[in-house]
Amino acid sequence: MSTHPTPRRALGGFRPSGALAGVIPFFAYTTVFLLIPTVVVVVGAFLDGAGRPTTANVAGLFEPAFTKALWQSIVLSAVTAVAGAAIGAVLAYAVSTGRPDGILKRFVTSLCGVLAQFGGVALAFAFMASFGGTGLLTVWLGTIGMAPSSPIWLYEWNKGLMLVYLYFQIPLMLIVFLPAVEGLRPQWREATATLGGTTWTYWSRVAAPILFPSFVGATLLLFTNAFSAYATAAALVSQASPLVPLQIASTFSSEVLLGRENIGKAMALAMVVIVAIVMAIYAWIDKRASRWMQR
Amino acid sequence: MSGERASFRRRQSLFRRVVLAVVLTFFTLPLLASLEFTLQGPGGTGHQLTTWTTLMDFGAIAKEYPDLKEGFLSSILLAIFTVIVMLILLVPTMTWVRLRLPGLTRTVEFLCLLPLTVPAIVLVVGLTPIYAWVNYLLGALTLWLGFAYVILVLPYAYRSIDTGLRAIDVKTLSEAARSLGAGWGTVMWRVVLPNLRTAVLSASFLSVALVLGEYTIASLFARKNLQVAMYLIGKSDAKISVAVGLASLGFAFVVLFGMSFVGTARKESR
Repeated sequence: MSTHPTPRRALGGFRPSGALAGVIPFFAYTTVFLLIPTVVVVVGAFLDGAGRPTTANVAGLFEPAFTKALWQSIVLSAVTAVAGAAIGAVLAYAVSTGRPDGILKRFVTSLCGVLAQFGGVALAFAFMASFGGTGLLTVWLGTIGMAPSSPIWLYEWNKGLMLVYLYFQIPLMLIVFLPAVEGLRPQWREATATLGGTTWTYWSRVAAPILFPSFVGATLLLFTNAFSAYATAAALVSQASPLVPLQIASTFSSEVLLGRENIGKAMALAMVVIVAIVMAIYAWIDKRASRWMQR
Repeated sequence: MSGERASFRRRQSLFRRVVLAVVLTFFTLPLLASLEFTLQGPGGTGHQLTTWTTLMDFGAIAKEYPDLKEGFLSSILLAIFTVIVMLILLVPTMTWVRLRLPGLTRTVEFLCLLPLTVPAIVLVVGLTPIYAWVNYLLGALTLWLGFAYVILVLPYAYRSIDTGLRAIDVKTLSEAARSLGAGWGTVMWRVVLPNLRTAVLSASFLSVALVLGEYTIASLFARKNLQVAMYLIGKSDAKISVAVGLASLGFAFVVLFGMSFVGTARKESR
């Protein structure tokens, strides 16, 4: 009986009633399938095959094979994020000038939803079919005399992969950025015009500063999206592992050097760290951006 | 002034049409080209419907492409499994937290959005020992991939259900039901759930679409779902696998397009 007050304080103000029992299944599930896997990656990155602590795995990250993949992953993600964000932002603005409940907006947002989130292997195949030997786009490019000299370009990380990644980055930008441009009030443009401002004044002095934080935030989101993507790259690239996700996957199938069984976990940890840093900046910017929206 | 305004409108609508035409061309070209690819006759000459008629004929698919049949069926089962587990896990917990444990809101939100920062490929690395146990305890079934898929759909499902819960006054509803003598089970099943219809529907559709498009986890755990089967068949019979890919994209589009109407119908009725 006398032990009752202690657990109360220990639980930080929660009444230790039956209420907590209601959330046990959720916490148990997320612990087993989300938290423990995360811990496995983090801890495993610092263990050798026999379970002894080591820094060899992390040191392995500085070998040229991985640093090259990391560099290529970052360049691919950054280029497609910036290009995708720029094109997607223009598209989002174009859609926002239409009727808000119109069929056009529904059509474009649904199409973008599909291309951004459910593509994967299907998108990679669509590009292979289009640019394959008898593909329609190869034939068309041929008739206008722009046929690529070799079909390999589609499978190279800085050519074909960039094009395919752009194909799912632009749609994601539309989905993420549309709410921000829809927050632009027509009254602001009218107010600028009344005060003698031109369209240029409106964009440079009013709209751009308001949209800028959302734009940067969305670009960061696009970066992590490309950086984490695996399916599209795996379907397109069958030889070598030019990107980090492919490097991690290759540690599953190939024989790993003795004593380096956990190198895949170290790679995964590096990936999580980069994504976490970018997402933290995103969360901070998003907080600032949301100050201007929904007023 | 009104003339200026009209010319502004005209310029804006011209801008919209040009941008949409250019970007939509970029989006549709590969899709059209791959549709044309599935219609090509042998050796790239002439056009025929063979690929699609084969695809429509389930008996022929089962006989000629057993991988595809297996993958398709397991993806359907996985979608159902994932939706059921996701709903059982999220709806009662989120309602309960809102009613009785508001102090846990941030924790639940954090856990639900955490998968956004853990790439699927990383999750696979971490899940390997967990799945060693799952396969040992429950048997090595493709269906158990659903446990990981629930984690993948958590952020999207959480957002949908959270929006739904914000739109209704759960507290008043449940207090009213409780004061009329309803137990917690009745409150969940007959009061909260019917009011969350739209949110539950959109969370479920998103989950189904995500599960049908999942490749990373299934392929690395060497299990056959729709996408893995598509990839395997792509090596031997590209036309069928491109056709399956197009069909799955088309299906996802129809689902999302339909959902965009469901959402607004609710807003208008409120």
